[in-house]
Amino acid sequence: MGVKLLLDKAHIEGIRYYDAYRRNGGYASVEKALKMTPEAIVEEVKKSGLRGRGGAGFPTGMKWSFIAKPEGVPRHLVCNADESEPGTFKDRYLMEFIPHLLIEGLIVSSFALGSHATYIYIRGEYAWIPDILEQAIAEAKANGWLGKNILNTGFDCEIYVQRGAGAYICGEETALIESLEGKRGNPRIKPPFPAVKGVWERPTVVNNVETLAAVVPVINMGGEAYAKIGVGRSTGTKLISACGNINKPGVYEIDMTISVEEFIYSDEYCGGIANGKRLKACIPGGSSVPILPANLLLKTAKGETRYMNYESLSDGGFATGTMMGSGGFIVYDEDQCIVKNTYTLARFYRHESCGQCSPCREGTGWMEKILKKIDSGKGAHEDIDLLWDIQRKIEGNTICPLGDAAAWPVAAAIRHFRDEFEWHVDNPVECLQRNYGLAHYADEREVVA
Amino acid sequence: MVFSEERLKKVSEIVARYPEGKQKSALIPVLHLAQEQFGWLSAETMDYVASLLSLEPVEVYEVATFYSMFNLKPVGKYMFEVCQTGPCMINGSDDIIAYIGEKLGIKPGETTSDGMFTLKTVECLGACGYAPMMQMGKFYKEHLTKEKVDAIIEECRNNAAVNN
Ligand SMILES: Cc1cc2nc3c(=O)[nH]c(=O)nc-3n(C[C@H](O)[C@H](O)[C@H](O)COP(=O)(O)O)c2cc1C
Ligand code: SF4
Ligand code: FES
Repeated sequence: MGVKLLLDKAHIEGIRYYDAYRRNGGYASVEKALKMTPEAIVEEVKKSGLRGRGGAGFPTGMKWSFIAKPEGVPRHLVCNADESEPGTFKDRYLMEFIPHLLIEGLIVSSFALGSHATYIYIRGEYAWIPDILEQAIAEAKANGWLGKNILNTGFDCEIYVQRGAGAYICGEETALIESLEGKRGNPRIKPPFPAVKGVWERPTVVNNVETLAAVVPVINMGGEAYAKIGVGRSTGTKLISACGNINKPGVYEIDMTISVEEFIYSDEYCGGIANGKRLKACIPGGSSVPILPANLLLKTAKGETRYMNYESLSDGGFATGTMMGSGGFIVYDEDQCIVKNTYTLARFYRHESCGQCSPCREGTGWMEKILKKIDSGKGAHEDIDLLWDIQRKIEGNTICPLGDAAAWPVAAAIRHFRDEFEWHVDNPVECLQRNYGLAHYADEREVVA
Repeated sequence: MVFSEERLKKVSEIVARYPEGKQKSALIPVLHLAQEQFGWLSAETMDYVASLLSLEPVEVYEVATFYSMFNLKPVGKYMFEVCQTGPCMINGSDDIIAYIGEKLGIKPGETTSDGMFTLKTVECLGACGYAPMMQMGKFYKEHLTKEKVDAIIEECRNNAAVNN
């Protein structure tokens, strides 16, 4: 069993409610943190090496230290619970089953950042979760952990839950801020960064649910001890939501020393590929990160074991590696069609593009159309080159990273599974009846360095 | 076309969460309240929300049209929003969509003539490990099978019969 810091108590009866949570050591980090200075808390978080769990992996302590502190201007912490990246459902688990952990992390983090009004922005479709969070907030408040003059320190803090209404783009932090201001979720041009001008032009820090929950163990055990868990710059634990063709889909907490192979095949985690099939491919960090064929997933191009951490997953760059991303781990068995899967992802990004920049708005539309054409047996070989061209023209030419996020899955699918696209073009009838994967397995291929 | 007392109280509570003068932040939560009460957002409803929050009507239209959860047309009493993105697709969401469509005699985007059911395809709802799945009102229905779909439709019909 690996180390568990977030979900270690998730299975205790009644942990969703205050009494059980408190009885099992809950809110100890608030008691500890409120005796420290805000600067000392930021320092602990820096020492812990905690990196943002929302996808980009930016060091949290450093992000906190950037927040501007102009005289007389309130600052805000905003918790990003928009969780809409396909394959990702870990924040939902945390909020549903152990909501007080998030509230506890939010209180400590609000104190460190000087936020007296903290907002949880949650995707609108998670319509039943605000009730769970609001109950946890009410319980925390009734027990003196929130509200005015918390623990007689003079620190006041309120936490509010704000629902979105269906828009992946509102997970991007500046779009989230626009949405929280009651506007369309159009990302802002940076700079100014939210740390200087965020919600209502006030300095704002936006962090992921899991990141803020992880502040609790960081404070409880101290930054140095937290940094000893994991490996290298992948410190602490990470929640992985695993789905696709595996025996045990679900949310797992891992310490980042285990191999990808262990994660997929061991009974403690995914429990192997479902129905006795073979592994074909995997998107290990949410739909935006590159898909890898089995051979490059379990071993790097250098033939070394690949591990479930930031560095190892990205070993080889985009040519032969991928990314940790949000931890949305999608597994494909030998029967799955990469073309069709890529088409559904392209459709997703077209649907979610806010439309502000033409490379993203037009490019995502074209990619969807061409992929649909190839998937339905009407494609030509030139279409594959055209797809490649379009994704290259989007990448790096947009206001926000959604453009890149739309381009990468298409690029990686063509890079690693080009023969499958070509087979679709060459077999317009057959491709409608069966999958290329039946004839050809990714894990039998040569490693291309 | 007005809010109940209770909803008006809720609106004041929501507005109080933001700084003075920033009541526009309440727009999305208040549109949710409106949709809960009226089922969809008509121009009249949006104008009413604008007046509640001292906004220009166009500020409300702009927002209501951006977010996929807001219904700008009437929908059925029960809306089945089936996820069709990759992880659900590889677990059979296409079959579930086709089955519901066949059973209800409608295509995605349509409502049954008795106004009972709307079928809609949506993108990833954050339940990929419990696929195939759909949203129905406030909750998710996960691990869908044809039998489960039958039972859900049956339950909706029974509930509607009881409430009428
Ligand atoms: C298109 C897009 C969608 C995103 N969606 C999410 C999301 O759902 N949840 C999240 O925490 N971060 C999301 N992010 C990342 C946020 O912009 C931001 O980096 C993150 O919330 C910072 O928190 P962290 O440092 O704790 O990870 C998204 C980014 C982009 C570009
Ligand atoms: S990249 Fe796409 S989603 Fe991001 S701002 Fe531009 S159009 Fe909008
Ligand atoms: S792909 Fe259907 S819920 Fe995520």
